[in-house]
Amino acid sequence: MLQITNLHANVGDKPILKGLTLSLNAGEIHAIMGPNGAGKSTLGYVLSGRPGYEVTEGSVTFNGQDLLALEPHERAAAGLFLGFQYPVEIPGVSNVQFLREALNAQRKYRGEAPLSGGEFLKVAREQAGALGMDMDMLKRPVNVGFSGGEKKRNEMVQMGIIDPALAILDETDSGLDIDALRTVGDGINRIMRKPDKAVLLITHYQRLLDYVKPDFVHVLDGGRITRTGGAELALELERDGYKELAA
Amino acid sequence: MTNDIEIKDKAAWDAAEKVADYEHGWSSDIETDFAPKGLNEDTVRFISAKKNEPEWMLEWRLKAFAMWKTMEAPDWAKLNVPPIDYQDAYYYAAPKAKPKLSSLDEVDPEILRVYEKLGIPIAEQKLLAGVEGGEVGGLPQRRVAVDAVFDSVSVATTFRAELERAGVIFRSISEAIKEYPDLVRKYLGKIVPMHDNYFATLNCAVFSDGTFVYIPEGVRCPMELSTYFRINAENTGQFERTLIVADKGSYVSYLEGCTAPMRDENQLHAAVVELVALDDAEIKYSTVQNWYPGDAEGKGGIYNFVTKRALCQGRNSKVSWTQVETGSAVTWKYPSCVLNGENSVGEFYSVAVTNNYQQADTGTKMIHNGKGSRSTIVSKGISAGHSNNTYRGLVRVAPNAEGVRNFTQCDSLLLGSLSGAHTVPYIEVRNPSAQIEHEATTSKISDDQMFYAMARGLNAEEAVALIVNGFAKEVLQQLPMEFAVEAQKLLGISLEGSVG
Ligand SMILES: Nc1ncnc2c1ncn2[C@@H]1O[C@H](COP(=O)(O)OP(=O)(O)OP(=O)(O)O)[C@@H](O)[C@H]1O
Ligand SMILES: [Mg+2]
Repeated sequence: MLQITNLHANVGDKPILKGLTLSLNAGEIHAIMGPNGAGKSTLGYVLSGRPGYEVTEGSVTFNGQDLLALEPHERAAAGLFLGFQYPVEIPGVSNVQFLREALNAQRKYRGEAPLSGGEFLKVAREQAGALGMDMDMLKRPVNVGFSGGEKKRNEMVQMGIIDPALAILDETDSGLDIDALRTVGDGINRIMRKPDKAVLLITHYQRLLDYVKPDFVHVLDGGRITRTGGAELALELERDGYKELAA
Repeated sequence: MTNDIEIKDKAAWDAAEKVADYEHGWSSDIETDFAPKGLNEDTVRFISAKKNEPEWMLEWRLKAFAMWKTMEAPDWAKLNVPPIDYQDAYYYAAPKAKPKLSSLDEVDPEILRVYEKLGIPIAEQKLLAGVEGGEVGGLPQRRVAVDAVFDSVSVATTFRAELERAGVIFRSISEAIKEYPDLVRKYLGKIVPMHDNYFATLNCAVFSDGTFVYIPEGVRCPMELSTYFRINAENTGQFERTLIVADKGSYVSYLEGCTAPMRDENQLHAAVVELVALDDAEIKYSTVQNWYPGDAEGKGGIYNFVTKRALCQGRNSKVSWTQVETGSAVTWKYPSCVLNGENSVGEFYSVAVTNNYQQADTGTKMIHNGKGSRSTIVSKGISAGHSNNTYRGLVRVAPNAEGVRNFTQCDSLLLGSLSGAHTVPYIEVRNPSAQIEHEATTSKISDDQMFYAMARGLNAEEAVALIVNGFAKEVLQQLPMEFAVEAQKLLGISLEGSVG
């Protein structure tokens, strides 16, 4: 599904990704771990096409398509979803309006009919309900005044509504309380654990992986993948840390 | 019948959809009757004669004209306007049509086609066509009575009979001058005096048509009233005059929309709007201004010099101005409230968008003379391209006005780095009991917001439109539904080409 080959990328003039190679098949969940500043969020941004993140070498294909040639909104329409480490506030725009416009923009791009207000609300209500989010919150402006955990939960509601093929979830677990962690974990499994989907789960801790069991765990350090293993690698990292690993 | 409301909504969307790339930029082939080009006493006499005006009206116009000749154009606004050659324009242009129109059927079909193309009031196509709507699903269907002003002349007013049954007078001002001279004379020029300013004085001399509304005591106007202004003929100035009188305890909501075709030359628009609210009366006045703004290089466009003022004369009277200003090359406009009545209320909600080389200097004046009078000002300025956008506002509290309150909020949003946003508040408080609050912010659309919206599937222009609409939300939600939908679309459209 996703094939990243020898990816080099700069933020400003600073090289952050330095030859990253990674491939995800449909039906797989991959976890990425790594020290602060390693380039994990950068990878998410580069894959979603954030302006200012310049690819200097390498290639990325997504379902056979050259992902790097697409604009951010085209990548979204092609099925890519980025769950933000720091979700952004948009004052004056309700979650409902934001998501309906976004979803219908994607549908339009794919040549599908737009969802009516009623159809959209039905989907939104289901997803918010499944993730334990109040409909009143969906009517509030996007992320404005949301607590850290509420913002993360909102990212998952958005993912549920958009129903992407590939989700890159950047520290979705950080900021969640114990119960919310379980709800979000269940949500990821419910929405994304399907034969035609894949997930790239960026996280620092084992606790989310207790709920969302990864097929592969990678260590990203210094801008490249330094180690790959199964679910047990996360436990090993939790016990020993990255320093031990490097030694 | 059951899906009428759907259809209306859809019509509004469709209409707005068509506006892309200045959809109103066509001009239609209608035979036009012009006054001779240029401006002198004869022009004034010509206009008055064309309208069969009574002698007092002609005298009033001539007095204004004499006054205007001694005046100079104001230059205090933050606007760069080349000198206007007042002799190089037509002051009266009327579609050649049957002299008296009693129903829409008699209107030149070409004019009806023009209205068909117009967009919003156009969401009310059926209504404009005079088809009276019934009840839908037990709910009264929303109806709007429309007065359409084409170049200089009012060509059609709908729902007249039904309004008359309620005692509401909704007329073109030239008809009102003849049919209700006492009422018109009592208020015309009393809120905006003849000598008020250069453009208002010019308007007194050459105003061609406009709208007159009277809501009798205790009457809640049974539908929204709307005037649609359009400049079509080339080199024509449009000088309309609107007078709305809300008698004791009455209520009216009035909508104003405008368009003009693309022309290389600048065209002049200098309207005067006067509102009076007596005891316990309320007037809600909404404008969506979409005059041709000129092209991307700043060529052409409407010069919009408008004087709008409301007199809250009665106790507990209320006037609320809501404006969405997206068009015109130059906008010079300060809808104001003179709050004479005890506990009277003035409100001003404004969104002004400028792009390319547009210039807007707009704001309000809240003049607190009445005890306990209150005012709220919410101004949202959005500047893109090379444009300049200025909020200019005055809050004045008279020495005898105890217990006055004002809240002002001015927010500016900048797109790109070549545009300008300016806030010029004047606060004159002569009574120590007044509570005046002023908040101002200037911001840019953040890269984070843009990327977040794009990562969810919106392209750059859709993302800007969404964020800008959020920024303007407080004002947009003051508009009646149909207008709000059009206004939202317009904001996006007027900012096209401002990103990337
Ligand atoms: N605009 C920028 N200019 C210069 N350096 C930047 C910029 N943005 C990010 N960086 C640097 O890029 C490196 C990678 O950052 P990134 O956010 O990808 O790290 P991360 O692996 O997600 O870390 P964390 O675990 O703390 O979230 C960091 O050293 C960061 O300081
Ligand atoms: Mg990070």
